[in-house]
Order: sequence, then C-alpha cells, then structure tokens
Amino acid sequence: MFNMIIPAFIVGGSICVIGQLLMDLTKPKFTPAHVLVSFVTGGAILTAMGLYEPLVKIGGAGATIPLSGFGYSLAKGAMEAVGERGVIGAFSGGVEATAVGIAAAVFFGYLMSVAFKPKG
Amino acid sequence: MADNNLRKPTISVTPENYKALTQQFTPKPTFVKNVVRAFVVGGIICAIGQVIINLFIASGLSRVEASTAGTATMIFIGALLTGLGVYDVIGKFGGAGSIVPVTGFANSIVAPAMEFKREGYVLGVGAKLFTIAGPVLVYGIATSIVVGFVYYFLN
Amino acid sequence: MDLKRVGNQTVVFANPPVILASYSVVGPKEGQGPLSKTFDRVWDDQLHGEKSWEVAETKMLQEAMQGAIDQVGIPKDQIDFMLAGDLLNQIISSSFAARQIGLPFIGLYGACSTMALSMAVGSMLIDGGFARNVLVGVSSHHDTAERQYRFPTEQGTQRAMSAQWTVSGAGSLLLGKSGTGPRITSATIGRVVDYAEADVNNMGAAMAPGVADTILNHLHDLQRKPEDYDLVASGDLGAVGLALAGEVLKKSGLDMGTSFTDCGVMIYDACQDVHAGGSGCGCSAVVFAGNIMQRLKVGALTRVMLVGSGALHSPTSSLQGESIPGIGHAVVIEA
Repeated sequence: MFNMIIPAFIVGGSICVIGQLLMDLTKPKFTPAHVLVSFVTGGAILTAMGLYEPLVKIGGAGATIPLSGFGYSLAKGAMEAVGERGVIGAFSGGVEATAVGIAAAVFFGYLMSVAFKPKG
Repeated sequence: MADNNLRKPTISVTPENYKALTQQFTPKPTFVKNVVRAFVVGGIICAIGQVIINLFIASGLSRVEASTAGTATMIFIGALLTGLGVYDVIGKFGGAGSIVPVTGFANSIVAPAMEFKREGYVLGVGAKLFTIAGPVLVYGIATSIVVGFVYYFLN
Repeated sequence: MDLKRVGNQTVVFANPPVILASYSVVGPKEGQGPLSKTFDRVWDDQLHGEKSWEVAETKMLQEAMQGAIDQVGIPKDQIDFMLAGDLLNQIISSSFAARQIGLPFIGLYGACSTMALSMAVGSMLIDGGFARNVLVGVSSHHDTAERQYRFPTEQGTQRAMSAQWTVSGAGSLLLGKSGTGPRITSATIGRVVDYAEADVNNMGAAMAPGVADTILNHLHDLQRKPEDYDLVASGDLGAVGLALAGEVLKKSGLDMGTSFTDCGVMIYDACQDVHAGGSGCGCSAVVFAGNIMQRLKVGALTRVMLVGSGALHSPTSSLQGESIPGIGHAVVIEA
C-alpha cells in the first residue's frame, strides 16, 4: 500500500508549487478560482499534447489528485471517445470519464453544506 | 484664522512616485516559506491520495477505477474538513498546496454553499455551490471538447 | 452671517458640540487585544446567539447606541437625529438598528471613515441649530465583511501580508449642544483622492493619499502644525498605510512626528495574526469611543485629531478593474 508514495509526494508537491508561484507573483489578480481554472485547462491542454500522461506514469496520485489531473481525465476521455465513436465522442467523452468526480463533488458538497454551519 | 484662500495644499507626490513608494512600503509575500509549505502540504495530500488509491487496488479495483474512486474519496475528505472548519486553517498554512488538489476544489464548493445557507437552499446553497466549481467545469469541459475536436480532425 | 467655513475645506464650530457619552461593543478577537479593558462590552462569540452574522452586527450596533443613550439617561424625545453607517450593502446594519431605536435617521456611507464623518455631520447639525442632541454610531463585523468583500470564511486562502482584518465592533457617541465632556471643535471634510492603487489586499495604500490630503488641508486651513495635536489618529490605514501616509506628508513638507498613529495599528497585538492591522467602520469607532475618550477624560490628551479613512470601492468596481478611491475625514476633539 505504500507503493508510489514518494513519487506522488514529489510530483504533487511540485505541481502545487507552480500554483503558489502563480498566486504570489501575480497578486492580487490571481485568486484561488483562477488557480483552479487554469490548472484544469492547463492539464487538459498538456494531455492533448501528450505531455501529462508521462507525469501520471511517474507520479501517480501526485499527478491525478491536483486539479490538472481533472483536466487530464477530461481530455483523455474526450480523445478516447473520439477514437471509438467519432465526433460525438468529443462531447460525451470528457464528462463521462469524470462523471464520478463531478457527481461526488456535487453530492458531498451539498451534503456537507447542509450538515454544517460556517464557524467564521 | 486663515482667510478664504483657494486651494494649493495638495500632496507633493505624483502617481508614479506613489506607486514606487507603495512597492517600497508593502511587505512582500514570504516567497520561500510559501513555496516550501505549498510543496509539503500539496505533497502530503497527494501522498494520502496515493495510499487510498493503493488500498482500492488492493481491494480488487482496476487501476483506472481505483484512481477514480480515490479522487472521489479525496473530494469527500476535503468537503468534510471544510464542514468541520479545519480546511481554512490548512489553507492558510499551505496556500496553493491545499488549493490545487481536488480537496481544495471540494473546499471551494462547500465554503460558499455552506455560508450562503442563510440565504436559502435554492438561491443560497444550490447556486453558491458553483461559485468556483462552475467556472472550473465550464473551462474544463469546454477545453475537453475542443481537444476532442482537434484530435478528431488530426486523425 | 458669519461663515463657519474656513480655508479650503474646514468648518470651525462656534459652539463646539459636547460628547456626552460614548459606548463601544466588540467581538472576541478585539477583546483579546491590547485595548480590551477600554471597551464597554466584549462579546464572547461572533454570532452572539443570532441566526446570522448580519443580525449579530445589527444587534451590536443597537447595543452600542442604546448604551450611549443609557449612559446619560437622556429621554429619547430629546435626541433629534440618529446618524449611522456600516459596510454592508445598502447599510442594512444601520437601517435595521434604526428600526429598533426609532429616532429620525440619517444613513451615512463613508466606508471605514464613517465614524469621523458622522461626528462631523452630527456636530454641524448641532452647531447649525438644527438639533439639540444627536446620536451617532457605526459598526462592522469581520464575517459579514469577509463574505461580502472577499471570500467565504471557510475557504482555505492565504491573506496578503498587507491585508487588514475587519474589526467586529460598534461604537456610538451621544453629541449634545451643552453639558460636560470633550468637545468637537472643528472638522475637515475630505476629498476623494485616487492614486491608482487597485489592490484590495492593500487598502491602506489606497487610502493613505486621501488621509494625507485631508491632514495637509486641515493644518493649512487652521494654520496649525502637527505639534498642536497630542494625537493624530488615522482610522484605519493599518501599518502599511500609516507608513505611506507619513512618507507622503514628509514629501509634502510636513513631519508628523511621533504623535501620528492609526486605530488599526492600536487595536490588535502583532501576535494576533492580523497582518497589517485592523480595518472596518467599527475599528476607529471603538478605539475612539474606548481608548481615546478615556484618555481625553482623564486629561492625558487635550487635543486630538481623528482622521477617518475610507476606501470607496465595491466588489463590483474591483472586478471591473477600477482602482480604489480613498477619502479622509478629520474631526478635532478637545478635552
């Protein structure tokens, strides 16, 4: 169970450092929302260029847990679906591949928001 | 007492001067400290994710399924820690280290939704759930469709 | 008729209004700060048993204003106006508090400068012969301000080193035509000054030029020097803005010396992790109604200038890329 932990730590940590530098060097323009959006978009583009897959091979969760990994799943899903189903796959592939994550985010997000109160 | 003299007292600083002064007097972000913390916190979160994925693999899931289940579990953990009021403390320490992983995505969903519960369940919780998740899905899904198209036409 | 207006933008009161009573209510964090003993009431919880932070802020303001009335025991029908303001959209805390207090109400908005602004306008009403007694008060609440201006409170973000911490607090003064107490002798209404600072995490820098402009004009209008004041307190530039305002004044030929300080710097300890200091309408209100009023009453201070500083932007204007206009309003209080 402790497979890949060190690579995940190093790759994941390094990806987060890029986000930190983006925020600190561009203050105040770059908010957490901008970081998340650029990581998803960036991850998808890097995947399309074939540059993110190697990172996933090396870093495992270190590459899939950061939000760029969400972009990776979206783009990979879209490309695979295009291969199987043609152009309609471009629309279905990304969301299909990430359906579990999106549904989990909405469901758990709603659940926690209803169950807890903000502490301030 | 002064007579009704008109104007003159105006601060002797031009906007350009002032900009330079502001830069001089504004404390810089603690770059090195922030980077080290982001690396450590982000690394730890991903390492925890890896352990969870490994456990799913050990329980018989395929590598892809385990990765998906691991992501969902991390989302659950991020959402729970936000509800418990712990994630903002981690975020203050870890910066991007706790924003970039999916747990940070979950935090950005729960934090506004929970806080706007007092404005109702539809326009409060329901709408604010997507304050940050909305843009992420819009740009993520749109990019994936464009990628799919490009892939289609190149092949 | 003699004009009470002097120089560029100052008014001098012929019969300086008296501060008959002062009352301050603060939240738990402020209650742990260095000024804790000077506040009349410290809440031990931000929510104070209410259903939302907004309701809590209204209650806080109401409590402060009622506290000031009760201190003198004056009947309400002798108070002619209530002036109040806060940071929330459409100044709801003030309007809702006024709904309970039931006095003729004038709502004011000057962002964090509202306390000084309400003192100036209240004094004008009294010295102008429009009122016998005027109740003024302002409030701010950390959590209502955070969610309106910045992020939800549970969002995991890092605050910039130059950012300030919105004070949870409400301060109120009862001003009267006659009686005993410190008097408000003059006021300088500020101009909106904008030196193109657009960083909402550096409000002190956005407001410092406005404060410097007002101080410069005030001293020029009255032909005074910084040494004529025991204390010049801006409220609330924070550490960054205070240093900048001092520097801008120095470049304009005024050395403020050691009597120049800031309510946002005074209210918290460095170890309270507030970065550049306190902000919000409540900050200068509770520091003045508490600490400064006490020192005026015991004679430790004889002439004080309070310069309320306001950042007059909104989340919408900031998202649209506008810079932050700043303003400073000065009132002079003499023991």
